Amino acid sequence: MMELLGALIPSALAQHAPVLLVVVPLILSPVAAVMPNGRIAWVIALIGVAFTVLMLPPLFAGVQADAVMSYALGGWAAPLGIEYRVDALNLPILALVGIIGFLCTLYALPSVADEVDEGKRAIFYATFLVCFAGLLGVAVTGDAFNVFVFVEISSLSTYGLIAMGAGRDRRALTASYNYLVLGTIGATFFVIGVGFLYMATGTLNMADMARVLAENGHDRVTQAGFAFIVVGLGLKAAMFPLHVWLPNAYAFAPNFVTAFLASTATKVAFYALIRFLFSVYHPDVTFVDLSSTWVFAVVGTIAMIVASVQAVFQTDARRVLAYSSVAQVGYMMLGLGIGSADGLAAGLLHLMNHAMMKGALFMALGAFALNYGVSRVKDLAGMGKSMPATSVAFTFGGLSLVGVPLTIGFTSKWYLILAALENGWWWAVAALILSSLLALAYVARLLMPIWFENAPTHGGAVPKVQRVPWLMAVPMGILALANIYFFFHAAPIVNLARGAANAVMGGF
Amino acid sequence: MSPHLILRVVSKLLIPMIVVFALYVQFHGDFGPGGGFQAGVVTAVAVILYALIFGLDAAKAAVPPSVAQAGAALGVFIFVGVGFATLFLGANFLDYDVLHPNYEHRSGQHYGILLVELGVLSTVSSVMLVIFYAFASRVPDIKDEEW
Amino acid sequence: MFDILADRAIYMPIIVLMMMGLYVVVATGNLVKRLVGLSIFQTSVCLLYITVGKVFGGQPPILPPAHHGEDHGEGHAAEAGHAAAAASSHDAPVHDAPAHDAADHAEPAHGEAAHAEPAVADTGHAEEAAHGAASHAQDAVQHVADAAHHADAAPVHVEGAIDGVLYSNPLPHVLILTAIVVGVATLAVGLALVVRIREAYGTIEDTALSAADYSAETGGRE
Repeated sequence: MMELLGALIPSALAQHAPVLLVVVPLILSPVAAVMPNGRIAWVIALIGVAFTVLMLPPLFAGVQADAVMSYALGGWAAPLGIEYRVDALNLPILALVGIIGFLCTLYALPSVADEVDEGKRAIFYATFLVCFAGLLGVAVTGDAFNVFVFVEISSLSTYGLIAMGAGRDRRALTASYNYLVLGTIGATFFVIGVGFLYMATGTLNMADMARVLAENGHDRVTQAGFAFIVVGLGLKAAMFPLHVWLPNAYAFAPNFVTAFLASTATKVAFYALIRFLFSVYHPDVTFVDLSSTWVFAVVGTIAMIVASVQAVFQTDARRVLAYSSVAQVGYMMLGLGIGSADGLAAGLLHLMNHAMMKGALFMALGAFALNYGVSRVKDLAGMGKSMPATSVAFTFGGLSLVGVPLTIGFTSKWYLILAALENGWWWAVAALILSSLLALAYVARLLMPIWFENAPTHGGAVPKVQRVPWLMAVPMGILALANIYFFFHAAPIVNLARGAANAVMGGF
Repeated sequence: MSPHLILRVVSKLLIPMIVVFALYVQFHGDFGPGGGFQAGVVTAVAVILYALIFGLDAAKAAVPPSVAQAGAALGVFIFVGVGFATLFLGANFLDYDVLHPNYEHRSGQHYGILLVELGVLSTVSSVMLVIFYAFASRVPDIKDEEW
Repeated sequence: MFDILADRAIYMPIIVLMMMGLYVVVATGNLVKRLVGLSIFQTSVCLLYITVGKVFGGQPPILPPAHHGEDHGEGHAAEAGHAAAAASSHDAPVHDAPAHDAADHAEPAHGEAAHAEPAVADTGHAEEAAHGAASHAQDAVQHVADAAHHADAAPVHVEGAIDGVLYSNPLPHVLILTAIVVGVATLAVGLALVVRIREAYGTIEDTALSAADYSAETGGRE
């Protein structure tokens, strides 16, 4: 199917697909910024995101043909010029960001119209396009400093997007400010690490760095660079002790922003971490190997348990899901920490599945908020009767989080357990099962009011079924059904994850 | 005598020179320290100085906020537009060589850099102005007369 | 011992600034002061890059007019003085003299770079310097700059149109510019947030802000 779609795109476009993916949303952003009203800006945002999705089939075709698609920006060949490389590792990430971005943009029109003032909507969509382009840029670039530039582009626009939630709740401002301070510290640590790598290797191109490091060995400068890069990207990926910005940022941002960020931002940072770990530094090097076992696996396990416990005690519904996101990032870190191709594949599989789960969940919460202004867990009472379709979507996502069989959550946890068992890590399996039980606890806390409690009656009237705008319902339905569909047809996603892991385990 | 007479006279002399200096820095970026970002900031400084001395309303009459916002968008559009122009001319994104047929003297690179730096100048000066207007337009806690 | 310390002394101010910035971010309760600390932290990173990129006696990386057509003469007139001075001091044939001078320049530059293994980039860049033909002027400049910077007594086999002029490496400067712009943008967004917080909460002390947020949360519990 990909080849058929790829053949529809003219080859003149297809050969520039790696750069058009990033640049078209970027050029549409200033166009959207000067539009007179939010609706036209939304149309422009939708065009930008749709274009990116259209650029995906040529990339799939290219990577299938050549294993690596390399694009030299400005005609300057690597390693001097900035090069965009698409291989089996970042192709799933690009597809994920593109498709989730498209679904979220469809979802955005009614949701943003409800939450953001009319005068600010054009700039809001322009900022979203910049964030989208930035995330894609992190995923597609092959130059280490370019990663920093795009990380900052996406982060700065994220701070703005989160603060737009101040119309509903002023705590969005402090949440965005705290995220700004922490995120900037993280990005600065990352750039210090890149500086050390540049000092040691003399080049900024990641493939070239890998070559130089392989030839010359890893001295203390590269080790220090490694430490800085892990801390910097770990903060962006919400790795356990560095996650404190996430709950508030996701809880108070506009619902569309939360749905988009929860599915993409931390995933892209996690991808960047994998890229540096495996494609610049080699996983067999002692300190990288040690850090996999003693940093990522340990931190991931702690995150799985502690964040799940914290999720159980939250009163704000989106905070529950935000802490759950931190726990799920812990799963991915554990997969990374296992260090084998199976572990990495399991981690990447969970990355993709989690994006679908959280996308559906946050979209459903946004639909609840649109109709009823839901923000706290007890506000969810009675939603099963008032908004049955949305509640079903929410339930699918929640069951997926727990890892109930018949959902994709089960698939990825299964693969994680298998990979941990192969490594002989019984404690990791125990932690996975424990955190699934904890997930059951907090998901039950969310699902019980929806299905088993009655809505607070206002004057004794029976709550009637409220409709959700179709622009919101369709993306939410797609993501919720994907949770079930990809359990039965798991092959495409599992193969993507395996292909990514194998591509990267074999070196850049 | 107006209490700020010296400031007003000196700034009227200096502001045009600041703008000229900004243009100098802009075009000198090829050959020395300079370029779009620095020039943009200096240009914005000229307008901000005008606002500080003559009042925010006068500055907003001189460079309206809508013009500043449009300038910000225009600059990004120029920069990425140059990239698209190179794409349409058949080369890779931002490959300036195709912008001008004279390959031996690399005129394409010259044109390309001049255009993108123009975009950077527009965006940076406009963004600095937008930020200044946004901050300065907030209703103050203490009115000017009460200082 | 002392010469090792002296070589690396330049890193002390950088580390001090970095830690000062981080301390301010952590220790202060005022939101604006926190942003100031963040800016200090980011500035120290810029210093780090400049330190690495310093080439003693390096010229701006612009080819002297003798290597282009006369069309560029007027544009490079200002640089002709530099280039002439540099060219006159490097009149000797291409290979050995510049390598030797470059090595002299590179020694203190090396101390500044405080490399554990100065030869790391050498192989890569010497090869690339050989490949850097005159077709890509910028590449060749950068190559020579890198090769000159990292050379240590091994004669750098420099081909191409550069005759013995030691050029500064433009890449760290570009990286610093980008980092500065990012810092400015971050500061602007941060201050805009502080202005909005001040209007929404009436305070910019973070203890008062946390108290307000906490009471909003627990107040909402009922």
